[in-house]
Amino acid sequence: MTPKTIIEKIWDQHEVIQEEGKPSLLYIDLHMVHEVTSPQAFEGLRIHNRKVRRPDLTFATMDHNVPTVDRYNITDQIAKTQIETLQKNCDEFGIDVVDLEHPENGIVHVIGPELGLTQPGKTIVCGDSHTSTHGAFGALAFGIGTSEVEHVLATQSLWQSKPKTLEVKITGKLAEGIAAKDVILAIIAKFGVDVGTGSVIEFTGDAIRGMTMEERMTICNMSIEAGAKAGLISPDQVTYDYLEGRQYVPSGEAFTELTKRWSTLATDEGATYDRTVTIDASEIEPMVTWGTNPSQGIGISKLVPSPEEATTDADKRGIEQALEYMDLKPGTPIQDVRVQHVFIGSCTNSRLSDLRAAASVINGRKVASGVRALVVPGSQKVKKQAEEEGLDQLFIKAGFEWRESGCSMCLSMNPDFVPEGERCASTSNRNFEGRQGKGSRTHLVSPEMAAATALAGHFVDVRQLKEEKKMTS
Amino acid sequence: MEPIKVHEGTVATLNRVNVDTDQIIPKQFLKRVERTGFGQFLFFDWRFNADGSENQGFELNQPHVKGATILVAGHNFGCGSSREHAPWALHDYGFRVIIAPNFADIFYNNCLKNGMLPIRLDEKYVYQLLQKGEKETLKVAVDLENQTIKAEDFETSFAIDPYWKQMLLNGWDEISLTLQYDEKIKKYEEKVVGQPV
Repeated sequence: MTPKTIIEKIWDQHEVIQEEGKPSLLYIDLHMVHEVTSPQAFEGLRIHNRKVRRPDLTFATMDHNVPTVDRYNITDQIAKTQIETLQKNCDEFGIDVVDLEHPENGIVHVIGPELGLTQPGKTIVCGDSHTSTHGAFGALAFGIGTSEVEHVLATQSLWQSKPKTLEVKITGKLAEGIAAKDVILAIIAKFGVDVGTGSVIEFTGDAIRGMTMEERMTICNMSIEAGAKAGLISPDQVTYDYLEGRQYVPSGEAFTELTKRWSTLATDEGATYDRTVTIDASEIEPMVTWGTNPSQGIGISKLVPSPEEATTDADKRGIEQALEYMDLKPGTPIQDVRVQHVFIGSCTNSRLSDLRAAASVINGRKVASGVRALVVPGSQKVKKQAEEEGLDQLFIKAGFEWRESGCSMCLSMNPDFVPEGERCASTSNRNFEGRQGKGSRTHLVSPEMAAATALAGHFVDVRQLKEEKKMTS
Repeated sequence: MEPIKVHEGTVATLNRVNVDTDQIIPKQFLKRVERTGFGQFLFFDWRFNADGSENQGFELNQPHVKGATILVAGHNFGCGSSREHAPWALHDYGFRVIIAPNFADIFYNNCLKNGMLPIRLDEKYVYQLLQKGEKETLKVAVDLENQTIKAEDFETSFAIDPYWKQMLLNGWDEISLTLQYDEKIKKYEEKVVGQPV
């Protein structure tokens, strides 16, 4: 048998119709729905008098618009309408929804894995580009638009052209104190925001095998920021251990059977990819983005680049525009840049391990004066677990704000935003112009780096900060 | 959906790279529950000044591009979020064709599903169109049937997936097409029982 990649295996298993020269009709195993990209899809179903084909394979949550201070008091009337519309649509079409009062409510890409809905080998879609997060489990998971949401609701399938396969190999060992976020930011900085266009990425290599599931989720989450349709990682024992005992994962004999099936999914020895790119893990240092797309990132020891370093006119213009928007001068050490806001949260970095990592930096220090720092857990479950561990108290004592769960300041569709002209060290995934509020300036970092920046008031190498503490304690 | 066969219109140029969906339609305008009415918010932060007046420096506010139905832009257009509000806003504003060296995948698909034609064109041709349309009104004819683009002293062809070409030429609704395969979907479901959630 010809050796296959996991991407081809999942693809082949889900083809309902395959005709030469046409996109394939791909069956969808899990469809996750949220309030922002679904109302027009349900409206479309109603106009054509169509049903949801498989409400049992559809799961809804409310996350994008949710206030994180008083989540039951939504003052934005349009946001309120969107949330109420989702509830109404789910009631009408028989779809399970974890509403704001539900203890399992949270960011769609946090709760899918947390509840065990996300499993190896599944095709998973959601009207959100960060659906790639679920690929960490060896699922083929990708973001879709609202027309496609409607299509999946009506037919439980999608017409898709077979993607190319791109292997991103992370060789060697990560240095001490380097986070998964640094790895994915380094990958995007090295290969660009469109290296993955038209492709599904498989992340491979020793560094990946050594990562926990939560770290793998951070990596796959930002595949879309490299332009890829999806990103995934072949499942292994780490994957099965994470899933065992979760709510929607079968137990006992059935689980053993499942793991047997899952273990056939990993990419075969000798399988080939359309393209392979390689990065050496040992070269990666804590990363900070300086510009307005996620590839515009540098190591913490580096200087803000100059447009003169660009190799093409388009890149030169890109750097100039980014520097102007970010109000940064070429040659400035990134460590000298001060921030007014810190955001720890989003589907990239809001899981329990992220909050633990951030809290571990505090060590009795306080948030620098003039800095507002927010911690927004990814789900109500994460929030509860963190509180049981006392992380909330560590944050609050240090001067961080401890919030309810939601997407929050990653895209600022709720009341949390960065005012015009101010700077934010953020654990989210996009540093686009205006992403965190009109005129806001976003610098993407890991949770550890975000916490360190909050304490110092400017970007700082979290490893040095931790070192200082050791010396003084 | 309205079919596209031959589209004749004028060009608006946006000579920028990596234009993301947060710029095309900023998130504060994503809260509507309808598909229509997004055009007024297109490129909002670039189009308007803080006091609500038009930003005269912005490309789409130049007098010679008013009424343009064809947008020509730099590489990786439409990157970022999956929000279909981006193509809805472009369509609502009046655009029917978007030409760029390449597009982000989800955005590209979202255009096709809304009866808009995204055209990937070699950078040198895109550059010619950007040059020609930057200062003066540029008329362009896009022929989907023959896959050609023509303007004064300019002619080239473009590639498109034959499936999507047929869908756009006929203005077909994809869901009704898929529902014709209902039996095959049922058979698949019987063979591979989806795990209930």
